[in-house]
Amino acid sequence: MSTTDAVWSEQDTTPSAIEAALRRLVVECHAATEQCVPARTLNLVCVVDREWSGEIANRLRRVGRYHASRTVVCAVEPHRRTIDAQATISVGGDTRAGEFAAMRELVVVRVGEHHLHDLDTIVDPLVVTDLRTAVWSPHGHPEAVDALTTGRAGGTPIAQVVLTDAVDEPEVGAALARACELAERSEVVDLAWLRCTPWRERLAAAYDPPARRSELHTLSKVSVRYRRDSLVSGLLLVGWLCSRLRWRPDQLTRHGELLRGRARARRGEVELRLEPVDEMSTPGLAGVETRSDRGTMLALERGEGGLTARRREPAKRRGDDVFEHVWTVLGASRGEPGILGEGIRHALMVDPTFKPALMAARRLLGQRQ
Amino acid sequence: MTTTTAGQTTGPEDNPLVEGLERLPVHPTALVIFGATGDLARRKLLPALYNLAHEGALPERFGLVGSARSEMTDDAFKQMAIQSVREFSRRAPDEKVLAKLFADTRYVIGSFDDHEVYEGLTDALDELDKTAGLSLNRCFYLSTAPRFFPVIVDCLGRHDLADREHAEVRVIIEKPFGRSLEEARKLNARVLSVFDELQVFRIDHYLGKETVQNVLALRFANNMFEPLWNRNYIDHVQITASEDIGIGSRAGYYDSAGALRDLVQNHMLQLVSLLCMEPPVAFEADAVRDEKAKVLRAISAPRPEEVAQMAVRAQYAAGTVAGADVPGYHEEEGVPEDSQTETFAALRLEVHNWRWAGVPMYLRTGKRLARKVTEIAVTLKPVPHVAFQAPQMSTGVRPNVLVLTMQPNEGVSLSIGAKIPGSRMAIRTVNMEFLYGTAFLSQSPEAYERLIIDAMRGDATLFTRNDEVEAQWRICDPILKTWETMPWPLPEYPAGSQGPAEARNLLIGDSRWRMI
Repeated sequence: MSTTDAVWSEQDTTPSAIEAALRRLVVECHAATEQCVPARTLNLVCVVDREWSGEIANRLRRVGRYHASRTVVCAVEPHRRTIDAQATISVGGDTRAGEFAAMRELVVVRVGEHHLHDLDTIVDPLVVTDLRTAVWSPHGHPEAVDALTTGRAGGTPIAQVVLTDAVDEPEVGAALARACELAERSEVVDLAWLRCTPWRERLAAAYDPPARRSELHTLSKVSVRYRRDSLVSGLLLVGWLCSRLRWRPDQLTRHGELLRGRARARRGEVELRLEPVDEMSTPGLAGVETRSDRGTMLALERGEGGLTARRREPAKRRGDDVFEHVWTVLGASRGEPGILGEGIRHALMVDPTFKPALMAARRLLGQRQ
Repeated sequence: MTTTTAGQTTGPEDNPLVEGLERLPVHPTALVIFGATGDLARRKLLPALYNLAHEGALPERFGLVGSARSEMTDDAFKQMAIQSVREFSRRAPDEKVLAKLFADTRYVIGSFDDHEVYEGLTDALDELDKTAGLSLNRCFYLSTAPRFFPVIVDCLGRHDLADREHAEVRVIIEKPFGRSLEEARKLNARVLSVFDELQVFRIDHYLGKETVQNVLALRFANNMFEPLWNRNYIDHVQITASEDIGIGSRAGYYDSAGALRDLVQNHMLQLVSLLCMEPPVAFEADAVRDEKAKVLRAISAPRPEEVAQMAVRAQYAAGTVAGADVPGYHEEEGVPEDSQTETFAALRLEVHNWRWAGVPMYLRTGKRLARKVTEIAVTLKPVPHVAFQAPQMSTGVRPNVLVLTMQPNEGVSLSIGAKIPGSRMAIRTVNMEFLYGTAFLSQSPEAYERLIIDAMRGDATLFTRNDEVEAQWRICDPILKTWETMPWPLPEYPAGSQGPAEARNLLIGDSRWRMI
């Protein structure tokens, strides 16, 4: 696979000069290879510490086909007063006659911390107008996210979507509170939430056969196991069940490593239990188990080639054996590089169940709404 | 769409957990592939199943049973399936998923009219139910030569495999659905004597392509096109499905089918119906198919004496493609010397309804043409008055053309007149282009992935209904019958060309075929 790059850079530059350079590079690229066309899907603005920008660049490279069409990396240096920039347009692949190749546009802007409060004024000319814009700020810098998601003088904000990973936040309660605050004015795509998606899909599927749908309303216990750093994913999954099934959760209490609590459902109480595990290589959930007051049990665990599912049903008649089945629910792991790509893809979508799940997760932590 | 029967698409009111999910659950299903060792199964169906498994899109309980005449053990079939995925999947397989997918796969050997095959299938399917602890839905995929379709359907009925309590049974039937109107009617009658129409999924894999479905999105999700989408503004429509390759190793099939049966009778008439249909009340199977069927019914079947004026056929002669000399159709391996099978077909049709009366629909398809392209080009009528009168100024004023391209570059382009930079008011045509690959982050799934999962889910929107199939044959049958009586040899066109000169005779007025 060959790659064509057109590069421009300038020190002590301005946003307008960068924007003009980008327009020129697009024309140059097209003149060099008529088959290359600008991709117009999503702007992604990344706000990163300069010293860690290489690591972020690596993560972005590994997202594969889910890359944003224009990525603007704002590399923050503590005492910088001026703006340096480098713009690169790459056209990857050997294109055959009659085919096209999409351009990837990358702008790296070096800014100082003092620029962050007004970052919108720097980024505005650099994003493609009318495209959705997502902001991802993995090293903190909330002031930059606020600048991009709050419209200046009551105007339209530059970014409509905030990409975040609550697992990276040092304190779970603060992470959920911040996500909630951002969700008031933007759409939030939380990688911690996306890590729950396969589990949500499988729980939905397990209770989808008509004969099993009514079982959802008889659930009496939910246990979630999570990697030690991924409590927030566990809380969001339990919050999702609470919001979808209209359970009213109480605050969880800590019993050693365990978090336990209850939710009030229409038919009675549901016991909730969250437990950390150590043996997982990637963040997210390790397993989910549900039990119903009819005596049925469903357990989903990470396994080879997908999730290992186990379902137990009580004996129908006295003397019968307990009915238990174990099978694999097929699906390939996306891995951590994949989850960032999923996050970028989800920046184009709206998941109406995230916010209610987030609210319920906050109630589980005893946070006031 | 919301129902409570097993395997139908569910809504949040039935299962509150599905709200917000990209992938809706599919009822646990056992899939039986007849013709499981054939080319289609190896190249398309098994890789599609793998990709669905990779994405986590298969039902949570899924079982596969292959059936064919080839002598093979369960293990040998599993190995063949795994090898097919490795060879033909659109993505490199995850070996763990691949191994799990086919771990419990069964193979039932035998001839499709042999009752032991169906006893073997019954045993295999019952065992899958037992292992799952519930009644799995059953999908029978007929990926065999068409002569076996009625045989298999009859046998499924006789062996009580066509319906069951507490679960759905569906049958997926590959194309071609008959070789003539009479055959299609007979086949429909046989199929519907065993299955209810709601259980039958007639595959036209074109309908599973994202860009074909996008014809509906373009028309009904954008207000700017609908006011123009009628005889007042549209001059004519050209639908082209051309290939630069020859028949390859498919002489046996192709020589008995020909271009009209292979592409026009099914795919291209489906494109006409999608392009011309009225807005459906909802994007649901019968609502969409009702509207498509109306369009097909509004196309008159030609009388024999009209065929020469509205249809052209031809065969490719030796020529040059991509700089290399290639043989003519008669020199291809397996083609009879006296073959009269057309490798090119072009038609002029008209949809006789209020919206489309008087708008010619030109269809053409062929092998060994200049390049591979599938597109619908909608040419608007010219502006009523050209203000830029001087010749040097007006040379570029052309009617707008909206082109929906299905392959190779999936997208939409609109040609518009624009001023050439300079002091004169000179106009030339430029294109506004939209390319799928540049506008969406997702990779389109293969058509078969979409169609298999839709069939398992019981959503027939992208499948052809019995009345559509018969309406399509009603249009093509008289053409084929007339061609059979016409003197031969057929007109020829050089391989690598734009097609036969005779195709120009179909065009009305100043129209020209678009360059392939």
